[in-house]
Amino acid sequence: MGESLFFTLPEIVLTLGSLFLLMLAAFMGDRVSRLATWLAVGFFVIAALVTPEIIGRGGVGFDGLYIADSFAAFSKILIYIAAAAALVAATSWFARDGTFRTEYPVLILLSAVGMGMMVSAGDLLTLYVGLELLSLSSYVLASFQRRDVRSAEAGLKYFVLGALASGILLYGISLLYGFTGSTLFGQINLALGRDGVSTGELFGIVFVLAGIAFKVSAVPFHMWTPDVYEGAPTPVTAYFASAPKVAAMCLMARVAIEGMGPATFEWRQIVIFSALASTILGGVAAINQRNIKRLLAYSSINNVGFALIGLAAATREGIASVLFYMAVYVVMTIGSFLCVLRMRDETGRPVETIASLSGLSRTRPGLAAALAMFMFSLAGIPPLFGFWPKFLVFNAAVEADLTWLAAVGIATSVIGAYYYLKIIKTMYFDEPAPAFEPSRDRIEGVLIVLAALFISPLGYFSIPYIDAAAQNAAGALF
Amino acid sequence: MNALGFPILSLMLLVPLVAAGVCLFVSNNTARWLALGATLVDLALGIFLWGAYDIGGPQWQFVENAPLFGRFSWALGIDGIALMLIMLSVFLMPICIAASWSSIEHRIPEYMAAFLLMETLMIGVFAAQDIFLFYIFFEAGLIPMYLIIGIWGGAERIYASYKFFLYTLLGSVLMLVAMLWMVNFAGTTSIPVLLQTDFPPEAQTLLWLAFFASFAVKLPMWPVHTWLPDAHVQAPTAGSVILAGVLLKLGGYGFIRFSLPMFPEASAELFWLVMGLSMVAIVYTSLVALVQRDMKKLIAYSSVAHMAFVTIGLFAFNRQGIEGALIVMLSHGLVSGALFLCVGVIYDRLHTREIDRYGGLSDNMPAYAVLFLLFTMASVGLPGTGGFVGEFLSLLGAYRANSWVAFVATTGIILGAAYMLYLYWRVAYGKLDKPDVAAMPDLNKRELAMLTFIAAVVLWMGVYPESFLAPMRNDVGTLLARIERANPGGDARIAMSASPKPAAVEHDGNVPKAAEGGH
Repeated sequence: MGESLFFTLPEIVLTLGSLFLLMLAAFMGDRVSRLATWLAVGFFVIAALVTPEIIGRGGVGFDGLYIADSFAAFSKILIYIAAAAALVAATSWFARDGTFRTEYPVLILLSAVGMGMMVSAGDLLTLYVGLELLSLSSYVLASFQRRDVRSAEAGLKYFVLGALASGILLYGISLLYGFTGSTLFGQINLALGRDGVSTGELFGIVFVLAGIAFKVSAVPFHMWTPDVYEGAPTPVTAYFASAPKVAAMCLMARVAIEGMGPATFEWRQIVIFSALASTILGGVAAINQRNIKRLLAYSSINNVGFALIGLAAATREGIASVLFYMAVYVVMTIGSFLCVLRMRDETGRPVETIASLSGLSRTRPGLAAALAMFMFSLAGIPPLFGFWPKFLVFNAAVEADLTWLAAVGIATSVIGAYYYLKIIKTMYFDEPAPAFEPSRDRIEGVLIVLAALFISPLGYFSIPYIDAAAQNAAGALF
Repeated sequence: MNALGFPILSLMLLVPLVAAGVCLFVSNNTARWLALGATLVDLALGIFLWGAYDIGGPQWQFVENAPLFGRFSWALGIDGIALMLIMLSVFLMPICIAASWSSIEHRIPEYMAAFLLMETLMIGVFAAQDIFLFYIFFEAGLIPMYLIIGIWGGAERIYASYKFFLYTLLGSVLMLVAMLWMVNFAGTTSIPVLLQTDFPPEAQTLLWLAFFASFAVKLPMWPVHTWLPDAHVQAPTAGSVILAGVLLKLGGYGFIRFSLPMFPEASAELFWLVMGLSMVAIVYTSLVALVQRDMKKLIAYSSVAHMAFVTIGLFAFNRQGIEGALIVMLSHGLVSGALFLCVGVIYDRLHTREIDRYGGLSDNMPAYAVLFLLFTMASVGLPGTGGFVGEFLSLLGAYRANSWVAFVATTGIILGAAYMLYLYWRVAYGKLDKPDVAAMPDLNKRELAMLTFIAAVVLWMGVYPESFLAPMRNDVGTLLARIERANPGGDARIAMSASPKPAAVEHDGNVPKAAEGGH
């Protein structure tokens, strides 16, 4: 028992931290929200430092319910970094509108606990509990600006559709339990391998994957994404587009490989369909968007499609490429959203139209250059670093004899390039629109510069390190 | 490390890159001088490189290799073919900067930075010895060129920039899949090793087609050439020069470096695809060029026709053809660049590219008329200019491969003479009856210097092509030895039977004297 608890150390730290901050919020009110944010960042740092695999003692706890391996460690570190960045980015944004409340860091911490459980789950029920903890915090976060109609609408929409997805997932879990006799990934794996995949088990697999696909917002379960991303406060959107995506994607990889390994042939078809549908729809539907947050929502759908191509390979290389993809994707996405956070007109009201970016290269050359880099990187144009993870997933597909999938996937990336180019065209080729108000927040600026440096060609120097970590993490699943 | 003791190729990449970064933060005039200085430093390094290149030495020289990136490495090195193309790039770059000296009026630091970045990427493409490094350089060139066309281009620049970007991107991504397959098959990313790898013939066809998709768009070949006239017409003058002068050569370089030596069987199998498209390109685009009213468009179409001579020569599978294609690439790079500069000169004065708005320029701009005539003649392929040497050799090679191809291609020379002379006639001759045209001053010192430099090299290439052929001869020999096993053979061997031992002529590296121009 003691050792099992040790494996959950990061979750314990974050839970205690969130409870502490909750008390702080209850007694000190919103005066301490800035302090609470930095404390929360501190908790993330501690949680990352005590992640079992990091201090060299991973293992399986609670009789297989909870797994603390290198895969979980990689995902958790990534999640904590993304969550901490989203926390920091939010301070000045909320402070500006006078709606900064101390609950924000609490909710982020609680959702991070949920995400940690998701990526460490060794059992369908651990998975479900983690997913629900994440979802419930997310619903509240989406409607965090209570007085804003759009924000409230986003929260409600997210809740209704999220509840539906949870139902689907739970139904799939019950089917799998019924037909295999266990909810443990290992036992399901054995049962599937023993006598082939029965129709009931197949239905279970389909429903479980559909439920998780909702969380990664892969087509055809993406419908909530643009609306929620548009309505939620921008820092929350930045958060939704980064950390939960990583968690859900890693969860999907673990369920698919550890839980359903023998049924690879069956689930691969689902993943391939979803991947190509996401890359195509994420590209086509984004073309006519006028709102930058909606556009980035479609961009995230598009990118998830590419990551799924790596999952479809179902090899160690493939899973490593997914992890690498998510690492770079998180930086590109947070970077883009940080730029969006800076879009405020002279009166300080946030603006979200793409047209308002016109001629940004002349009014704010630095910001325009950074956003242009993020866009080219999301489009996967070398020499920017966004090219490399795309390269890796296609490489994994080719190595797994799915060359046709790589060819089709890479061709669809050209569709996506079109709308990223549109943003660059607006910023660089068009006549300037009224300038944005100058932004004063230093930390935000530093984060943008760091993100831009990472996705610049300098990022290539990090390949050996991230590669080794991702390979090591992926190795834990095989 | 290489024989020089310092990584000269990395240095050549670094100089413009650093200058590009600095350019963004300085004033307009400083940016101009900085850009000129950096490109001149690269030119000096290039001349030094040429001087230090050991003709007849090892195939790959100035090799650098640093396994920096885990899965692929910073591997650079050049052979003679790459050397000549690098020389072309570093020679044209200072001229491009000079050409934009006063015609670019806004956002000058960004403009200069984009051009310097472009130079780094072009040299990188030619020097890369790692297939993924090659791809990164190859593809990255899209970004600065997209910005150059889109920001500083003409009225339709946005449409043109999109078309340029998306066309070339779609071509290139298919090539990436093929590269992934090849690296997976051969277990290495090193181009010199891949050049020695025999890929199974049944896979070669698909791989060849994937590479073809990229290079054919870049070259460009009919029917995927339609981005070129748009891009050329809308790009600023220097953008057109670099596009026609160097970027089109990336396609030809790709054929030489990848398609032919890596997939000889497929190249032979798809001989007629290449030849067919090239023949259509020569005749069709020449006819299209004949009816253009816009000078830049006319030259753009003529580029498509000239690049078809390159493909015809390359896929002729013999020494004359390949060497001819290489010379066409070099001379077209200079001549079309110079022609775009000539258009730029009068565009700067009258701000129109419409041919009918000019006329009689030989009266008030004599120096301009002389130089324009020289480049017109070089484009037509008059003996004494580089154009003649290249087209002659490549037609000779084509004739040995297939006489029908040579027959159709030769009509392109006649058509080329027609549309170029017709252009020259309308612009330079006739009555000087338009007052605004008559008021145009002749070349200033800067313009005169730019055009004279190019003219000197064009004549040098025409009179003594050996200087340019010599560094490439061994590499062409290596390439021939590699593709000989798949040579489809020609229908016109009778023509060459006069020489005592054609096979020996092939291998000892001597082209028949007649083909070499002025010995």
